[in-house]
Amino acid sequence: MPERKIRVMVAKPGLDGHDRGARILARCFRDAGFEVIYTGCHQTPEQVAAAAIQEDVDLVGLSCLSGAHRILFPRVVELLREKNASDITVIGGGIIPEQDFQMLYDAGIQAIFTPGASLDSIVDWIRTHIQARN
Amino acid sequence: MYFSDETQKASRKLTEQWQANVQNTLKTNTDWKNRFSTVSDLDIKRLYTPEDLQNTDFARDIGAPGEFPYLRGNQVTGYRGQPWTFRMFSGMGSAEDTNARWHLLLREGQTGLSTAFDFPTLMGYDSDSPKALGEVGKCGVAIDTLEDFLALIDDIPLDRVTTSMTINPPATVLWAMYCAAAEIKGVPLNQIGGTIQNDMLKEFIAQKTFMCPPEPSVRLISDTVEFGAKYVPRWNPISISGYHIREAGATAVQELAFTLRDGIEYVEDILRRKKMSVDDFAPRLSFFFNAHIDLFEEICKLRAARRIWAKVMRDRFGAKNPRSLWMRFHVQTAGCSLTAQQPYNNVVRTTIEALAAVLGGTQSLHTNSLDEVLCLPSEHAVEIALRTQQILAEETGVVNTIDPLAGSYFVESLTNEMEAKAWEYIEKIDAMGGMVAAIERGYPQMEIADAAYTFQRQIEAKEKIMVGVNKYATEAQHPVPLVEIDEKVGEEQIRRLKDLRRRRDSRAVSQSLADLRAACKNGANVMPHCITAVKNLATEQEICDVYREVYGEYRDPGLY
Repeated sequence: MPERKIRVMVAKPGLDGHDRGARILARCFRDAGFEVIYTGCHQTPEQVAAAAIQEDVDLVGLSCLSGAHRILFPRVVELLREKNASDITVIGGGIIPEQDFQMLYDAGIQAIFTPGASLDSIVDWIRTHIQARN
Repeated sequence: MYFSDETQKASRKLTEQWQANVQNTLKTNTDWKNRFSTVSDLDIKRLYTPEDLQNTDFARDIGAPGEFPYLRGNQVTGYRGQPWTFRMFSGMGSAEDTNARWHLLLREGQTGLSTAFDFPTLMGYDSDSPKALGEVGKCGVAIDTLEDFLALIDDIPLDRVTTSMTINPPATVLWAMYCAAAEIKGVPLNQIGGTIQNDMLKEFIAQKTFMCPPEPSVRLISDTVEFGAKYVPRWNPISISGYHIREAGATAVQELAFTLRDGIEYVEDILRRKKMSVDDFAPRLSFFFNAHIDLFEEICKLRAARRIWAKVMRDRFGAKNPRSLWMRFHVQTAGCSLTAQQPYNNVVRTTIEALAAVLGGTQSLHTNSLDEVLCLPSEHAVEIALRTQQILAEETGVVNTIDPLAGSYFVESLTNEMEAKAWEYIEKIDAMGGMVAAIERGYPQMEIADAAYTFQRQIEAKEKIMVGVNKYATEAQHPVPLVEIDEKVGEEQIRRLKDLRRRRDSRAVSQSLADLRAACKNGANVMPHCITAVKNLATEQEICDVYREVYGEYRDPGLY
């Protein structure tokens, strides 16, 4: 049986429409050999969590540039936990001030990538931390 | 351009000699880069000469300011008559917070206002909607009702200051609030001036604040254009925008072409739907472009934009009024060119971009603050940004003469090249059946995604450089103070809404929403009904819900 590819969902929670980074990452993950699901903009945390479970992804990458990450990112993790899906890794990116990093880590976001992070560094992080689940 | 036979002969000879010299020099001294290209990846030649302008006719292609093809500007007196409008985009927290920032900016010499709304307002949701969670007041000001709006414009002289509002799907609602507020303050509609962005096509293409599908979205825009032409003649009912297309990763040519093709789509829709001739409304169509970091590419893009639009209006639509041929535009410096790393460098970038806008002949300008890549701008940062414009206008001498780069072999040649490439796109989209059809098949979205991805790959490979990011990066940082919006703004908005819902005349609200629903269905202009609804204190979302109910909702197809 061929090895299952890493399944990644790129998600845009909230009303923010700044999707340039999210779409570049989706394409980069595809080029890196991952299975990619991109939600498009304007997803509620509930929609993101439900889609992640439905699509059986290994990792959710949340992108937010509007400042709403402090509320929306932890909410996604919480919903995954409630649905017994805390084995799905959640990472985040966007315009996120350093002072918010700790509260996001505490809430269960496993890594945060901000402007200037190279695509390769994000792909490497995923390869190092995620084992494709069978 | 015309050059005498003698000049042409001399030029050819000199160029040949120079080329030989270059080949010799390269044998021992190679260039320091493999490729010299614009930020949009257009290859640039080492030298431009009269031969590059052999097919450029001075009278036909360049001409005089205030004359067709308006390459050199719409105004016969250039910036001597008046400089561009200093119009800083601002909005944050509550209506009162934003009003205070506006008064500060006006005291400091700003000459026009420009409103940034928060995401719930931009998307047509009230602050108490579950969708607004975490977003209220964050990226701009939260406006739910006419009462909020009146607080926003408190003590602003509506008959003297023009106000631009970056609002798209709910543009009818916010404009209705402006009109109602003017009436309350005793300023007649024919005296208020300003702009609503109200350009939905670029939302589907790039910015992603949408509500209803493309077709009805365009219909609402045609209503505003008609209403403006009849009752609010000093208002720009649309600002056809390339800014966001560029920010999403488009090249300069894509920005130029897609924006102008959007403009064509709107004109066609209005002519099809409304009993108006092109000259009845075309003079009030306005545009909005990005000024990115590549100085000459941006100048040429703006010059080409004016020339293309003049040709479109004259030849495609048969416009007769010279003002219909004018492309009037606002420019904002490129947010996407700024870096979170070494943020003080952003002042330099913004200055160069502002210079490009001015040399390109903009009518109005926003200069980004150095901290906008991190948060909403602080008072200090926004002051530097405003002063940047004032220094350009009053110290540098760039206003002294009109279109100072005209006639440059390079500038005219690049202007021609960008125009030619833009026409190719326009013709391609025409062949697809127009912009709505092109959007439905994902064409402009994917062209931009390709360009954005290419650029990112070039950054990773260091083929393109961002100082402080992929070259000259340093560990030591000089952090800037961050502006934070208190979560209390959201709580206060929710309290206000609750209070308003209790005391307003709910029967009047329902009636005005029912009238609006009927207008949506029977094709009558929605604007008068919107104005009545906001006066009756219907909320923004209640009005937008009518649109959603009648026209349906558009969902992001998530193309990448």
